[in-house]
Amino acid sequence: MSHKVLLSANEAVAWAACKAGCHVASAYPGTPSTEILENIAKFKDTINCEWAVNEKVAMEVAVGASIAGARALTAMKHVGLNVAMDPLMTYTYVGTNGGLVIVSADDPGMHSSQNEQDNRNIAKFARAPLFEPADSQEAFDMVQAAFEVSEQFHAPCFIRLTTRTSHTSTVVDVGDDFGPGNTPVKPYVKDISRTIPVPMFARGQRLKAQERTAALRTFAETSPFNRIEPGDRRLGIVTSGVCYQYVKEVFPEFSVLKLGLSNPLPFELIRKFAESVDKLLVVEELDPFLEEQLLAMGLELVRHETELNMLEMNPTRLIALRKELLGDVELPAVKRADAGLPTRPPVLCAGCSHRGVFYTLAKLGATVTGDIGCYTLGAFPPLNAMDTTICMGASIGNAFGMEKAGHKGRIAAVLGDSTFFHSGMTGILNVLYNGGKVTTVVLDNRITGMTGHQDNPGSGKTLTGDPAPVTDIAEVARGMGYKRVEKVSAYDLPKLEAVLKEAMDSDEPAVVIAGGPCRIAAKLTRAGTYAVDTEKCKACGACFKLGCPAIVRGEAVADGKRFKSSIDPNQCAGCGLCPQVCKFDAIKKIR
Amino acid sequence: MKTMNVSLVGVGGQGILLTSDILAKTATLAGCDVKKSEIHGMAQRGGSVISQVRFGDKVYSPIIPDGTSDLLVSFDRLETLRWRHLLAPNGKVLMNDTYITPITVSSGQQPEVEDLSGKLAAEYPDLLKIDAMQLAESLGNTRTMNMVIAGALSSLTPFGTELWQEAMRQRIPAKLIDLNLKAFDLGRQAVL
Ligand SMILES: Cc1ncc(C[n+]2csc(CCOP(=O)(O)OP(=O)(O)O)c2C)c(N)n1
Ligand code: SF4
Ligand code: SF4
Ligand code: SF4
Repeated sequence: MSHKVLLSANEAVAWAACKAGCHVASAYPGTPSTEILENIAKFKDTINCEWAVNEKVAMEVAVGASIAGARALTAMKHVGLNVAMDPLMTYTYVGTNGGLVIVSADDPGMHSSQNEQDNRNIAKFARAPLFEPADSQEAFDMVQAAFEVSEQFHAPCFIRLTTRTSHTSTVVDVGDDFGPGNTPVKPYVKDISRTIPVPMFARGQRLKAQERTAALRTFAETSPFNRIEPGDRRLGIVTSGVCYQYVKEVFPEFSVLKLGLSNPLPFELIRKFAESVDKLLVVEELDPFLEEQLLAMGLELVRHETELNMLEMNPTRLIALRKELLGDVELPAVKRADAGLPTRPPVLCAGCSHRGVFYTLAKLGATVTGDIGCYTLGAFPPLNAMDTTICMGASIGNAFGMEKAGHKGRIAAVLGDSTFFHSGMTGILNVLYNGGKVTTVVLDNRITGMTGHQDNPGSGKTLTGDPAPVTDIAEVARGMGYKRVEKVSAYDLPKLEAVLKEAMDSDEPAVVIAGGPCRIAAKLTRAGTYAVDTEKCKACGACFKLGCPAIVRGEAVADGKRFKSSIDPNQCAGCGLCPQVCKFDAIKKIR
Repeated sequence: MKTMNVSLVGVGGQGILLTSDILAKTATLAGCDVKKSEIHGMAQRGGSVISQVRFGDKVYSPIIPDGTSDLLVSFDRLETLRWRHLLAPNGKVLMNDTYITPITVSSGQQPEVEDLSGKLAAEYPDLLKIDAMQLAESLGNTRTMNMVIAGALSSLTPFGTELWQEAMRQRIPAKLIDLNLKAFDLGRQAVL
């Protein structure tokens, strides 16, 4: 019997984990993967779940659970997998006991990421089976199958989602018997020849991994997730993941080979399909992952000018491809509005505690190596207070590298609390150990803001809402041996300026913790209201430099080029920053 | 049933995602195949937001190709113009007659659009407008604005009021449901 619900693929992964009797789940947030663990937390009675401090630890926890015989799942955004590569690349030799499912949510088109990666390459690199769901139903079915495959072949199993599957809701038949599966935890039997891959054991494991790939390839040949949908044989399209949907939309009449279990590839099935059609075309998102392997098989593929191998796929791009190949369609007529409409970029919220720090660093003329979080927005006008952003935790090493390179002037490394716990701690230790004098500024808002406000070791709560010890970042730094450790309110501009200036100008390394809760997470968006006294306002423009969305242009002054300031009472969060920058005492608290 | 493409656009914080969720749930209750796709902005409020809902007998692509939206539901005047390229040649536009000044304009970095009303009228001769903010205010709660818009939107879909109400009950907490159902009614009446 059926029971149909509308689920995103992220939700479907959580439902499937529950149904498969998953015992342990660990992850670090990252768009578009975050909702997977947030939804698994709804099944916390049967799944022991957590926010790990970073992806490497999440992977290690999942691996440990798998070694102990439990079914385990870890989920991360594509760049998170870079962090988790080390345990992955060895556990794939060791092999699973309880099933291990790794969900990688890639972000083609970089909707909310700093780069684009096709992590199917990593599954292949790790010699791990890979499922590519095309919608939420498949995510639901494939996660359950992945646990089985992982146990049958002793291999960690990948599920590759993309933004368009993760964040698309589709109808899923979860069955009317939906409920937590009661898969028993398998027995753990100590066997160091498997779990301690010193060279004499690892070589044997290496051979086994090779045999496993061959066995999985045979398995993939008949997997129901790899299917031929016969159609017009003049063109055969090999596709996977969400691209299947675009192919069905734009090339509905042609034969399709849909690869759902796409690593290792079922060579025989592909050859059979190739022989059944006149021409063979590959449609996939991001890297030519299938294409290169098909070419290596010696198959001839349709060549085309239409670019398909970067940025997000969409039906419009396939219509362009069809037009090029078949000439029987036109792109839909599209009318565009005038160019030059004002943009609506994301900005730090009204009252955000990050604002004052960037305002001050800009004032002090510092070179700022930045990091990844809401605070990356400090890079943009009018704050303009960030020079670099590479990856989580990089701010500190980057600052130290610039210092070593002889960069002149003040340097500060700026990162958020979640980023500090994720990968900033090793960075500050390295500075201290190697005699650096970098000033590290931690924007301590006690939440993982950017990804939608997840708890972290500084927030006092776990994923499941249970109380947790609150880690004090100042104590972490002092414990390492830092002498100059300062805590300052992110809203006290004079003090911030004094502390930051002194820290950056001193000859010792420093950690400055600028504290203030995230206004959204702490529900402080209505903590008060400030207003501008138009009589007193001299239109000096100082308050506009804060870039607070509540501070808007008021009336023009006589010369017509300058404007008085005005505060939108519906937006002001009452943080009290702007009165501190007004030399004319024109901004007052009214509520 | 032929697939219907609905694009919902506006500014983060206006309740667009809840509206599209309810539309998608209504279509599911009606037995349609449904795909609802959205691009989550970052955690901050105030950026441009888009959600796309497609429903019919069988829906493949979650993305609506440019130039094929049967319905463009816009929560803001400027956004109505920004997403012009989504609309099909004979598509309809439902616009909430509100304007949220973008930060780029209010801070003086970019110029205000000149003659927004004129441009809207030129681009969309059959523009259907609703002042959802004012209607929501009349209920004493501006946060129901999105359900006023949902009410107006409902009259442009093949689904009956009962299904919409059922979807709302499934999605909105019990203590807020009556107020939101009223908002929905106001919106529906306003465009009928
Ligand atoms: C390796 C990696 N994992 C996850 C992410 C997703 N991500 C971007 S910013 C961020 C957290 C930022 O939190 P915090 O440092 O506390 O700053 P806030 O957003 O609260 O200002 C995360 C998890 C990422 N970009 N890279
Ligand atoms: S969500 Fe929180 S941390 Fe992010 S910009 Fe808004 S107030 Fe700042
Ligand atoms: S800082 Fe003070 S005087 Fe200057 S524009 Fe703002 S309110 Fe007016
Ligand atoms: S007090 Fe000033 S800086 Fe703070 S939110 Fe209100 S307008 Fe913005």
